[in-house]
Amino acid sequence: MSIFGTVRVKNGQYRIKGDFHHITPNTPIRNEEDGWKLMGITNPRSMTYMHSYGGEAPFFESMSQGKILGTRCDDPDCEFKGTTYIPFRIHCPDCLSKNTIVDFTDICKKTAKVHTFMVCERSGAFNTLDKPIKFINVEFEGIDTILMSYLSIGEPEMGLRVVPIFRTVNPSYTITDLSWVTEGVPAEDLPEGFTYG
Amino acid sequence: MIKFSERQLKTPKLMRPVYLVTAGQSKFDRAMPDKRTEELCVDALTMAARLIDKSPAELKSYIHSCYYGHFADHFGDQLLGEAVIHDRLGLDPLGNIGVKTGGATGGSTLWEAVKAVASGYSDCTLAMGWERMDEVPTDEGNHLISCAADKDWETPLGHIYTGYYAVMAQKYWQVFGKQEESFRRTLAEISVKHHGYARFNPYAQAPMDITVDDVLNSPVVAYPLRALDCCLMSVGAACAIICDEPTAMELTKNTKNKPLRIWVSAGSHTLRPACRRDMEIPLLPNESPDQYADMAEKFPGGDRYPGFTGFLGARMAAYYGYHMAGIVDPTEDLDVIELHDAFTISDVQSYEDVGIRPYGYGRDYVESGDCYHTNPHTGEPGKLPSNLSGGLIGCMHAVGATGIMQTLEIASHIWNRWAEIHGDPKIWDEFGREKPADWTDLQVKDAKRALAISHAGVGSHVTATILMDPDHLLNEDA
Repeated sequence: MSIFGTVRVKNGQYRIKGDFHHITPNTPIRNEEDGWKLMGITNPRSMTYMHSYGGEAPFFESMSQGKILGTRCDDPDCEFKGTTYIPFRIHCPDCLSKNTIVDFTDICKKTAKVHTFMVCERSGAFNTLDKPIKFINVEFEGIDTILMSYLSIGEPEMGLRVVPIFRTVNPSYTITDLSWVTEGVPAEDLPEGFTYG
Repeated sequence: MIKFSERQLKTPKLMRPVYLVTAGQSKFDRAMPDKRTEELCVDALTMAARLIDKSPAELKSYIHSCYYGHFADHFGDQLLGEAVIHDRLGLDPLGNIGVKTGGATGGSTLWEAVKAVASGYSDCTLAMGWERMDEVPTDEGNHLISCAADKDWETPLGHIYTGYYAVMAQKYWQVFGKQEESFRRTLAEISVKHHGYARFNPYAQAPMDITVDDVLNSPVVAYPLRALDCCLMSVGAACAIICDEPTAMELTKNTKNKPLRIWVSAGSHTLRPACRRDMEIPLLPNESPDQYADMAEKFPGGDRYPGFTGFLGARMAAYYGYHMAGIVDPTEDLDVIELHDAFTISDVQSYEDVGIRPYGYGRDYVESGDCYHTNPHTGEPGKLPSNLSGGLIGCMHAVGATGIMQTLEIASHIWNRWAEIHGDPKIWDEFGREKPADWTDLQVKDAKRALAISHAGVGSHVTATILMDPDHLLNEDA
């Protein structure tokens, strides 16, 4: 009996268990307007990848704990020392020294505003978000970059104050574990699995 | 980087003059179940040979190295597709390499082919690009395209690239467009123009005789963008032959193609718009340092650069390209252009990035009528006609081929062969497409200089391809 593929790391190596792919037969593609002549075949494929978050892993873990981690360049020799990053950047893009990890949760909770947004009626395959998707790009006071995310409750507009919510119950450990709502939404109204952290 | 050193801003220099000799393309369509990709590439190379009165075998005998643009291996489910095409074109054992830079793949492929000739490595190169976007359903195609965004920070958010791109459109719409109904209609006019020009192009996938209201009534994709504001998903191939001067002269002797000087430049910017940091606007030759001092007053919210409204990669491609070829004012110095109209609004953004209009005033290029073959307000020739092929909205966006298709299009004007290439009834018949009764010759009269912009996604890669009649150079030392 097959099980979903699972992976753990031991001694610096991936240890895998379960099915990572499923075999489905090819089927012919035929032309119904030309005597059902053969035109091609389908190539079904289902695969599971193993992906490393590397130095960004602390960020993807922290969302499930109700935190937003960013980074800052503290290299005294860097011309742009003090630049702060959300999204998390492992290395300073100017001097390439390793950035310092900083907990920016409070700044995010107190200063987040919608920089721009887009309500998208469509999605691609494998989407897990409810449609329409309210994409928002969130700016924070004192942070030099802008975070792309999505608004779960409220109608987006530029300058709108928003607060973060976190999928702390059954987290996916993807960027979808972080979302936003307008100020004042009761905790019990948050989407299933989400809390204020 | 948000500051650039003088070394980084050096004007690029080709070591010897480089020429576009000929080019070709296949039919473009949403799906082509009756053809393998290699057949489309053969079609393109055969056309390129035909335009200089050569057989494919004769033309192939000049090619020394090959540059293949194919963006999405996973669309075609064939890694190293370049090797397949190279073999099927019968070009083994020549050296070849694959190029992929998202939507700019076609332009980047030309960039490599030109540099190979400029350096002296080769005297004749093939730049061939293609894309096969019909082997998965549209929603899976959207997922595959979204994989060109940051896979951890963006792709899981809806698996839809439009969403990552359109936040920038929304910012432009509100800050520079001021959400004006008149601007929304201007955007729609671009779609009408490009679908309309596609009617006169037998290679084009989406010819339409539509109105502004048709665009405004098409389904919303991501407000304010509607279905008819968006580019196509396509199948097709295009190629170009790039040579040094002696080879170019030999190949074109007694043919209708005059070898055209070619320069390609490139710029880039972060894959994630989220990571854009504020910087000073790099100025083009037709701009002044004080020109943008009051942006925040004129356009509240428009004080960040590039913010979410400009494309630094496009600005830098133009910066390098204009300095390299001697262009000061693109509207005055160029005769015809093809821009990367992935969306109507990004078309407007491009006008500003490449200096056709200052930042904030892109819409005027459309509203003035300058962008038309024939200015609808005056009945006179448009000052700088754009996207007479139909562009990505009306003709095609077979990603790896797009920048090369654009280059063939602008070259056809300088060669004075536009009517022949687009009007031959045999081509319409071969493609099973009906030549419209009101087919119009869009040849730009006396075209001598032209530009094509090839652009990836949110501006991660952008190239500027510049063509000039060698007897009408702006800088003899270029």
